[in-house]
Parts: sequence; C-alpha cells; structure tokens
Amino acid sequence: MAGLAATFGSGAMTNSISEFDEADLFFVIGSNTTAQHPLIGSRIIKACQRGAKLILVDPRQIQLASFATMHLRHNIGTDVALINGMMNVIISEGLYDKEFVEKRTEDFEGLESVVKKYTPRVVERISGIDANQIEEAARMYAGTKKAMILYAMGITQHATGTDNVKSCANLAMLTGHVGRPSTGVNPLRGQNNVQGACDMGALPNVFSGYQKVTDTNVRKKFEDAWGVDKLDDKVGMTVTDMIKAAQKGELKALYIMGENPMMSDPDSSHVELALSNLDFLVVQDIFLSETAKMADVVLPAVSFAEKDGTYTNTERRVQLSKKAINPLGSARADWEIICEVSRLAGYPMNYACPSEIMHEINMLTPSYGGITYARLEDSWGIQWPCPDKAHPGTGYLHKDKFAKGLGTFMPCEFKPLAEVPDDEYDFLLTTGRIYYHYHTGTMTRRISTLEREAPWSFIEINPADANRIGIRQNDLVEVTSRRGSIKARAEVTPRVPPRVVFSTFHFHEASINLLTNPVYDPVAKIPEYKGCAVKIRRCA
Amino acid sequence: MSKTLSICPFCGCGCNFYLVTKDQRVIGVEPSPKNPINKGMLCVKGWNAYEFINSPQRLDHPLIRKGDSLVPATWEEALKYVADRLNAIKSKYGPHSLGFLSSAKATNEENYLFMKMARAVFKTNNVDHCARL
Ligand code: SF4
Repeated sequence: MAGLAATFGSGAMTNSISEFDEADLFFVIGSNTTAQHPLIGSRIIKACQRGAKLILVDPRQIQLASFATMHLRHNIGTDVALINGMMNVIISEGLYDKEFVEKRTEDFEGLESVVKKYTPRVVERISGIDANQIEEAARMYAGTKKAMILYAMGITQHATGTDNVKSCANLAMLTGHVGRPSTGVNPLRGQNNVQGACDMGALPNVFSGYQKVTDTNVRKKFEDAWGVDKLDDKVGMTVTDMIKAAQKGELKALYIMGENPMMSDPDSSHVELALSNLDFLVVQDIFLSETAKMADVVLPAVSFAEKDGTYTNTERRVQLSKKAINPLGSARADWEIICEVSRLAGYPMNYACPSEIMHEINMLTPSYGGITYARLEDSWGIQWPCPDKAHPGTGYLHKDKFAKGLGTFMPCEFKPLAEVPDDEYDFLLTTGRIYYHYHTGTMTRRISTLEREAPWSFIEINPADANRIGIRQNDLVEVTSRRGSIKARAEVTPRVPPRVVFSTFHFHEASINLLTNPVYDPVAKIPEYKGCAVKIRRCA
Repeated sequence: MSKTLSICPFCGCGCNFYLVTKDQRVIGVEPSPKNPINKGMLCVKGWNAYEFINSPQRLDHPLIRKGDSLVPATWEEALKYVADRLNAIKSKYGPHSLGFLSSAKATNEENYLFMKMARAVFKTNNVDHCARL
C-alpha cells in the first residue's frame, strides 16, 4: 500500500462498496474480482447491466471480460507503460482536470515530462495493446465523472508493484477522479483482515493508526500508555527481511500467529531452509499447517466462531463478530495466548475481554478513536476515520483535501519484468486465485463442497501452445523454473494468451511457490508472483 | 438452535452472516439480509464457511518438539517454554534477533496485542504480517 500512501497520504480504499452501485465506469486492473471478491464482482456485473462502462485490463479472459466495454489483454508486467500511455493521451488532448490539478495536487510538471515519452505508438510496442485502443480507453476514463479504479494483487504482486499503484493514483488525480462519492482509487484487500492488521500496526514501521515508530512524540505516547521505556526507535524487518535474516543466521527466533509462509511465500524451498535455520520457532494456528510442522512449539488457537472480535474489511469498515460456540478442545483465542506469553515473559497484560483491548486501541489510535463495542453492537460497523464517539465514520476519503494535504504526482518509468522468457524457459508463469479456494487452502481445502469443485492443481495453457508441444486436456505436465519444478494437470483454454501459463497457490501437493521468483518490490516488499519464466513438458 | 451474527472469514468484502449453532456445534450459515455489504447474499465460500470449524484435524492441545516429533504438552509447559526461550534468546542475541509474524486473519484486537507484545515486551519492531496486500 506504499504507493497509495505516498501519493494520497492513506493506503486504504477511497470509497465504499455500496458506492459501486452509483458508479458510471470501472477501470479494473489486476483484479479477478468475481473470483477473489465475489460479492464486489457481482456488484460490478449488476452495474454493467444497468449501463455502467467497464474497462478491464487483464491478460486473462476472466469472467468479468464478458461484461467489459473494453478488454485490454496487455503483456504481463506492462501496467505502468499502459497507464502512462493513457495519461499521455489525456494530457495531449487536454482532457485532464486543470482546476483539480492546480488546487489539490503538486508536481504535475514531473508527471508531464515523464509521460510525454509514452505516446500510444510507443506503448503499443511495449504492452501489445493497439494505439487506438489506448486512446479510446483514455478518453472514456477521463470523460466519465463517476469513475472508479479497482485493483488487487494483479498489480501489487510485481517487483514494480509500488510503481503500478502510484500510476493508478496519478491517473485518478490527473482527471480529478478522487474525493467524490463513487469516484476514486480502490485497492481490494485479499484476506478478511489485511486492512485491520495494517491499521493495528502489524507492520515494522508503524504503531496502530500508521503512527511512525521513528517519531519521538509517538514513541513517548506509547511508552507512557504501556508503562515501558525505550521502545525500539528503528524500523524493523519486513517478513521478507526476516526470512533472509533467518537464512543468514541473524534472526534466531520467530513467532508466527495464524499464517502459513511455507505456502504463501515465493520460492518456498528457501523459506523451509530459513525456518529450519532458526533456534526457535513458535506457530500458533488452528491446524497443523506446513509451517506448524516445522515448529518447536505449536499453540492451538480457536476459529473466528469461538471468540469475539472486530475485523476491518476492504472499505475500512470495522465490524464486530460474536462468539457462537465455546472453544474446541483446549484451544484458546489468540488474544488470550498473547496475554499469557507476555505475562510469563515478565510483562502483565490484563484484559478480561476483547472490548477492553478495543478501549485501549480507541485511546491510542486517532482513526479508531470513536469505534467502540457499544456502537458496533447496534450498527453495521463503522468506517474509519472515526475520531470520536459522535463521529458517524467516513464513507469516502480525501473529500476537500488529501489525507496528506496536497496529492503528489509520482511519475514512474516502465521497467520490464525481472525474469523474462528465453529459449530454454520459454513460457511466462503467472499465479492467482480461483473462486473456490482461499489463499493457501488451510481452511477451504477442508471444506468438502469446495474441495469437490476444485480438487486438483492445474496449469492453464493456450490451445496453440498445447497443440505445438502435444499437451491435451487433463494431461499431467511438469512445469519447471530456475528454482524448482511441480506437476499439475493441464487445462487447455484460450483464457490465457499464448506463451503464458497460469496457476494458483492453493494446493500444497503442487506448491506453485516452489517456482516463483523471490525478487521484491523495493518499497512494499511484495514478491513478484505475477511473472516468472518456466518451461513445460508432458509427463510420460 | 441459536443464531449469532458473525463475519465471513475469507475475503476482504467482509460479508455478514449468522452462524447457526446446535449443542455447541456450528451447523450452517445464514446471510444477514439487512446488512449493507452483502444484502442477504453470500458466495460459495461464505455459504460453506462453517465446515472447517468442526474439522477433526483441528489442533486441540499444545505440542512441543522432542527430537523429530511434536509431542502433546500442557498449556502451562508450552507457554512457559515459549516465554523462557524468547527471553533467553533476547538476552543472548539482543531484541533484533526475534521476529513476530502477525495474521491478516486474526481480529484487530489480536493484531494490536501481538504488535504490543513484540514492541513493549520484547522491544523489537521486527513485526509484520504475511499478506502484504
Ligand atoms: S461470502 Fe464470499 S464475498 Fe463475502 S466475504 Fe465471504 S468469501 Fe468474500
């Protein structure tokens, strides 16, 4: 989310889900919305059926493609070039919002000088999209007042992910398409509480509410509230830094709550090596995941049904989920386990229930100041920022000014994928999710209906390629990258363009992350799941 | 049978549903009709979001490694072992030799406490969550 925070001052979705119903245009880039966010996907489809336009940017023929006004199947990893091309058209044809640019943004000149080079002809050569289609998309987006940009992991999971996001933000600011209802830039969050984990400061550089650990006053506030001194004043390690440090023997112990990095991280054989190099690994989870199997201590946690707590959805809505049944076996809620570990380590944490923890969050986190259990009990949740108990919450962000004051244009140059196909590794592998499963499959693969619909790992391959190398539907194929090799069933389909193969990371038998490339976006540290070179052959 | 308002644990839409329970078992879900996000609808993942809760594969007691295998332990043993080992490693190699990975599936309160534990108890900013989107 670093890209959006840098340009607007906040990394969150600018609008609300209900505002989709009023939008007149959707620019969807890198989001297979009907598979990843089904209920948002169906809102987009409904909007299209009442006449809203949809510009879909995706190399694959995903379900939304059948509703799209324009489907731009660009070459993987050329998002920045494509958006620069659209901005080139918007500036050269004078279609941008001059008043918005002048009053609410800064560094327009910088943007102008970078995108000048990205004429539709130049971008056609990079992206594979016709110059006149680029022009048409640019005019359509700029010319529609209520236009929403939507994106998901399809653009963040690149080594240039932060640039991709900045480009979306640039496009919205240039046309003044932000700060109004049904108009803005909307990152769709993958897991149910990614937004909340970030808001709560489960990040190496900030406390809750994005308050910086490097700010002395902020540290003082938390030191006083927590009754401790000398909080760490340096930015800590990200998950990818931790894995590297473990490999080098610099990180000695890792405490993992409810995650399965053995499956979700790129290049998982390296992760395995890194974890086995630790002196001490604690895993707290509801199942014995691939990661938990490597632990020194496994602590059994409870599911969402067995505890009270709040979650923050992708539109910044904090919602209360209530305990429905008692914990199974001797499992305990994560918050109870944390309190016990802290107490035994010498720091008493006394909370009788999650609402007491929320009370502390209210005191220390300005954007959550007025989000109390009492209010959540009789509402459908509250969208932050909500500074005090009288505040109704915020449906859309950046109304009269950006969270950081002026919005900053951050022009980006196109950079090719870190690993491109060559003679030996002649296909580009891209990864994603399917409708029936969720993330690494630890929960969904234990649900029989979902497992029945999608029991195997598969590799999508274009019919032209399949014919050439003699692969038929359902053949077992071997897919090999410079890092590893997996076997899966072939799904021969025009959904993928030629020279591209697609798979998911839901299946532990054929863990696709044995293949993916551990090059990271330098700022957001999100790995490049969306493109690496592979070769493919039919198993005898 | 009783019904409890809950939030779907899968994607970031945050659809609301009622967990239908009988004798301390979750036996189904019912979408919440009035809620502004899903207005009575759910996707196939949401409709099936209860089945894993009662999975026989659920962990029901702590485990501690003894050689190559993980063997059952009491909570007292396991928690004490975790606290002692983390403290020992912290005193020997410093707070930056510890790392904490929080969860995009846990609640806000749990994410807050987890980062508080990393920062206030073990004095390190080495805290992150796995899904960076
Ligand atoms: S029901 Fe489907 S769309 Fe709604 S939160 Fe769950 S997974 Fe997402």
